[in-house]
Amino acid sequence: MSLFVRQAWNAIMLVVAWLCAGVAAALLALIVIYVIQRGGPALNLQFYTHLPTPVGIPGGGVANAVVGSLMIIAMSSVIAIPIGVLAGIYLALLGRGWLAEAVRFLSDVLTGVPSIAIGLFAYTIIVVPERHFSAISAAVALAVIMLPIVVRTTEEAVRLVNPAIREGALALGMEAWKAIVLVTVPCARAGIVTGSLLGIARVAGESAPLLFTAFGSQFWSLNPNGPTAALPLLVFQYAIAPYKDWQLAAWGGALTLILLVFVLNITARIIFPARLPQ
Amino acid sequence: MTQNGADVVRVPAVTTPARLRSSSNPIGDRIVLGAFSVSAWLVLLMVVWLFVTLLIAAWPGIKTVGIHAFQSATWDPTGHRYGLLSFIYGTAVTSAIALVLAGPVGIGAALLLAEIAPRRLATPVAMLIELLAAVPSVVFGIWGLFVLAPVMRTVVEPALARTLGFLPLFQGYFYGVGMLTAGILLAIMVLPTVSAISRDIFEAVPRDQREAMYALGATKWEVLTRAVIPYARPGIIGALVLALGRAMGEAMAVVMVIGNKPAISMSLFSPAYTLASVLANEFSEATGQEYVSVLIGIGSMLFIVSMIVNVFARLLVRGVRGPKGARA
Repeated sequence: MSLFVRQAWNAIMLVVAWLCAGVAAALLALIVIYVIQRGGPALNLQFYTHLPTPVGIPGGGVANAVVGSLMIIAMSSVIAIPIGVLAGIYLALLGRGWLAEAVRFLSDVLTGVPSIAIGLFAYTIIVVPERHFSAISAAVALAVIMLPIVVRTTEEAVRLVNPAIREGALALGMEAWKAIVLVTVPCARAGIVTGSLLGIARVAGESAPLLFTAFGSQFWSLNPNGPTAALPLLVFQYAIAPYKDWQLAAWGGALTLILLVFVLNITARIIFPARLPQ
Repeated sequence: MTQNGADVVRVPAVTTPARLRSSSNPIGDRIVLGAFSVSAWLVLLMVVWLFVTLLIAAWPGIKTVGIHAFQSATWDPTGHRYGLLSFIYGTAVTSAIALVLAGPVGIGAALLLAEIAPRRLATPVAMLIELLAAVPSVVFGIWGLFVLAPVMRTVVEPALARTLGFLPLFQGYFYGVGMLTAGILLAIMVLPTVSAISRDIFEAVPRDQREAMYALGATKWEVLTRAVIPYARPGIIGALVLALGRAMGEAMAVVMVIGNKPAISMSLFSPAYTLASVLANEFSEATGQEYVSVLIGIGSMLFIVSMIVNVFARLLVRGVRGPKGARA
């Protein structure tokens, strides 16, 4: 091949690579802009403070679903974040041998397991023996999904802390656990917060595992041991319903979810800008 | 040396645990360090529990239908006929469409981010792609239902039928909802997975691989195709398999755009069903022990297949990149 042909081919293919990244970014813009257009009109104060009205009656909101979602997310964070952070510290500082290797590998594998299968797990261990749907079962399912993200991000963040500062603390006579808890972990604080935020962002929009755990509800459902409305579930149920006002509420819910997830992701990134391997 | 600063400190980190354990205060250490390892055990036990629970839960379903599930495409729960072939077909076809579309674009985008674009441009573009990965699947679903499906019915499917209509794949009625729409939506959803993991893989390719070819006078594209991509190939395949696992297991977005019809059709325009979407659509309405147990069996099957796929993919990715963290 002549030099000219090779250089021309090079130029063409580099442009193609630019187009590929452009397509990905354009798709994001396309989806976000459309959701804003359709969901924007639905958003107002009433949307977040009122219960859904029956079909055909104007007004109403999705307050119960918002509260239900927050309740489920809070409960799943309480379960997943402490275990995940501690396990992540273990992997970064203490983990040697097969246990650490197994936890690392299984965490990675767990991130790829379909969320609907994890919902089925929570259904089998909680909903079936209790004989009713509950927010708790939903929180357990979301905690399982959140856990590997918290574990691996925490591990990465703690690893980034220079071990010399911990060794310095040890050399000054600090006990090993204090050196970890008071020196290394505070240095990794930003990364640990990021891991938790990314974990929450990952589950905040999950709907499949809620289908047979939280189940959904038309009313206020503040009992964690009863069926609960959740925003992602409401978006699904309202979007496929044949009523225009429900569909509008579904778009409003979708926009709310996107905003929530984006704010969490962008905050996480600002707090801890280091690039984490996928 | 990769661009990731983590590697600078990773090596000495391995040497410290031994010293940590020979501490002067074994009681405080035992409690706190014990809490760390108990948590690690909890993560491990949770995965084992997940696995055992879903295997046991599948048993009644397996007992009900057994091997016949894989010999029939007739899904008629009221008539007690539970053939799963149409779901397996729908899952395979939609995932294949997703991979065929997202694979090349995702790899191209990864090449750009890792190798071509200047860093100050690559970072924001990578951030955008990451946000695409963060969009909840139900939002993809509602967008697919109200935007993509009408466009497919009125524009894309007629155009495909006109140009490629000689293939049986592109014949038949234009439904808008169907395997092609679901496949395209899945492609958008798994694109960030392909590009983020491929990007990590490309960045793990040693620098001298490239420099050797540049020294021989190769163009950038020649370096990429003959030095970088061959070295990265197992990892790229891993990224694609990972994306396949995602596509197979996606329930909510698919259930909203695939038409939910248990049928096997050559035409990509036809409505179909996938394993994940039948579970999402029918579980809460399923009546009777038998019906529920078969649906749980489908979920377990999905879980086991996705475990296998993910283990395989992670091994490939690690082969190139090493056991770094996972976020996606």
